[in-house]
Amino acid sequence: MINKQNKTVVWVLAALALAILPLLLQSAGNFWVRIADTALLYVLLALGLNIVVGYAGLLDLGFVAFFAIGAYMYGLMASPHLSEAFPWFARMFPTGLHSSVWLVIPLGAGVAGFFGILLGAPTLKLRGDYLAIVTLGFGEIIRVFLNNLDHPVNITNGPKGLGQIDSITLFKFDALGIPGLNLGRALEITDSYSINSVTLYYYLFLVLVVASVVICHRLELSRIGRAWMAIREDEIAAKAMGINTRNMKLLAFGMGATFGGVSGVMFSAFQGFVSPESFSLMESVMIVAMVVLGGIGHLPGVILGAVLLSALPEVLRWVSGVFDLQSITGGRLDASILRQLLIALAMIIVMLLRPRGLWPTQEHGKNLQQNAK
Amino acid sequence: MADVVLRVAGISKRFGGLQALSDVGLTIERGQVYGLIGPNGAGKTTFFNVITGLYTPDSGSFELAGKPYTPSAVHEVAKAGIARTFQNIRLFPDMTALENVMVGRHVRTSSGLMGAMFRTRKFKEEEAAIAKRAQELLDYVGIGKFTDYKARTLSYGDQRRLEIARALATDPQLIALDEPAAGMNSTEKVVLRELIDRIRKDNRTILLIEHDVKLVMGLCDRVTVLDYGKQIAQGSPYDVQRDEKVIEAYLGHSHKATGTAPAPASGEQQ
Repeated sequence: MINKQNKTVVWVLAALALAILPLLLQSAGNFWVRIADTALLYVLLALGLNIVVGYAGLLDLGFVAFFAIGAYMYGLMASPHLSEAFPWFARMFPTGLHSSVWLVIPLGAGVAGFFGILLGAPTLKLRGDYLAIVTLGFGEIIRVFLNNLDHPVNITNGPKGLGQIDSITLFKFDALGIPGLNLGRALEITDSYSINSVTLYYYLFLVLVVASVVICHRLELSRIGRAWMAIREDEIAAKAMGINTRNMKLLAFGMGATFGGVSGVMFSAFQGFVSPESFSLMESVMIVAMVVLGGIGHLPGVILGAVLLSALPEVLRWVSGVFDLQSITGGRLDASILRQLLIALAMIIVMLLRPRGLWPTQEHGKNLQQNAK
Repeated sequence: MADVVLRVAGISKRFGGLQALSDVGLTIERGQVYGLIGPNGAGKTTFFNVITGLYTPDSGSFELAGKPYTPSAVHEVAKAGIARTFQNIRLFPDMTALENVMVGRHVRTSSGLMGAMFRTRKFKEEEAAIAKRAQELLDYVGIGKFTDYKARTLSYGDQRRLEIARALATDPQLIALDEPAAGMNSTEKVVLRELIDRIRKDNRTILLIEHDVKLVMGLCDRVTVLDYGKQIAQGSPYDVQRDEKVIEAYLGHSHKATGTAPAPASGEQQ
């Protein structure tokens, strides 16, 4: 049994490992840190979807819409696009809108949360498959909007996407003359050693993920969390217990969407470019797969699922590159085919052997194992 | 004047061509166990669903603890003070016994998102109070040792008791039990009967819908009998058992002349 002291040691070790990880990866190449960054963004998305699917039991197949909303919001607020498209806008902000991260993160969360509630409202009476179909539709609608809102008024720049998006600058105080820390550039510690931009982003994402995990964990063990789970387990009984299921469902949609929005903001700052292509239905499906594969409603499982499903394809890409599969198989098997093949296989095997996910909640209830000893 | 908990009058409900309830009314006083019986399809569950807000009645007036209420939304009814259990148990199967009862406290507590996210002192105090009360209720119904078991792993009788504990957690004016003895064996019925007796002794009010006539007659202070959506008798169990219409509804016409009608208590065994 793990006692309290050992537990603290484990936590400290885990924190150290997470802190050192990108520095090690960085020495192997930015490519690896990039994988870790993307994995963290997916963890953020999966945590958000877990609130909707895992806690409240509402199958949402359009979750990527909130990711897109966050990404485009930051894209518009931190790229020259609006100034280029609208002369009056350029006159208003001659140097462009370079929004601070402290404004953008809450705003991204807020806007996405608002859309979460807006898109959740018409689906309140639906459940199961029907809900999935409608949310799938909403997800696609958002993408189609982004793709076509370049005329008559050019808002999203259509399929060409938004480019030249600012990277994130932390701790910047113009008044005090402090330039701040621009995550888009490497931070030089000494002449020979510097921390790369991707590594700096890693730390920002890590902080956000840790904050999200804490929020999710606290929600899970609260009056609101219990109400969500009651709705998931039996909606009629939940109503009979006095839970306003309409408000609670909307709250779940909104709360889940905020995570998607923040993740989107980070994505667009990290990439410096967004286009509707990044927000396809496949992304939504992958996020659902992460939650289900890891262990629906169970935070460690969801994180594991997100890390595995986002990092695995990249690792496989590298494997197939190292062994030069393409020339071995005469061009029949390249990285992307292998990737899809192996991931599909892995998902089938996991679902057959562990239908409740890789790391699900305990089967019979809390603490029983300990009590039995 | 006696303390009236629930007073309903003139309830009618029609489903298409079927008049499920016509002009049903009853008055339940505090501390009573009120029985609602009737043969299959008599309208018991419809009546139940009407007063708990699941169905909207075509007509009728409702008054709970002296205040009029309209059973328009199910969760509002729970808030107003009617807690119910279900004929086919509806627990939250993947939550622990304790969590099930804690959900019952939802309607009497208020902490929201911010309280939960920042773990404010008020939130923590409320949460501790919820857990404490839930544990007390589990002990009260006699399943305190199953606190951390998931609801679905409990035995049938224990699930029934958990459902009652969850209903009690909402601090109800009236507890409405929909066929609590359904599917129970005789030992479990004895335990259930003791539990209902204990709840009554704590000055709580119970509306009992039941098939098991023996249970109803033994427990209830007053009984209403429904048949084909109509109220055919009302009164003490003793009077109702001897009511001609009730005997007829349960057993059909007697071919012989009067005087030899069998006791309705045997009705359940037919």
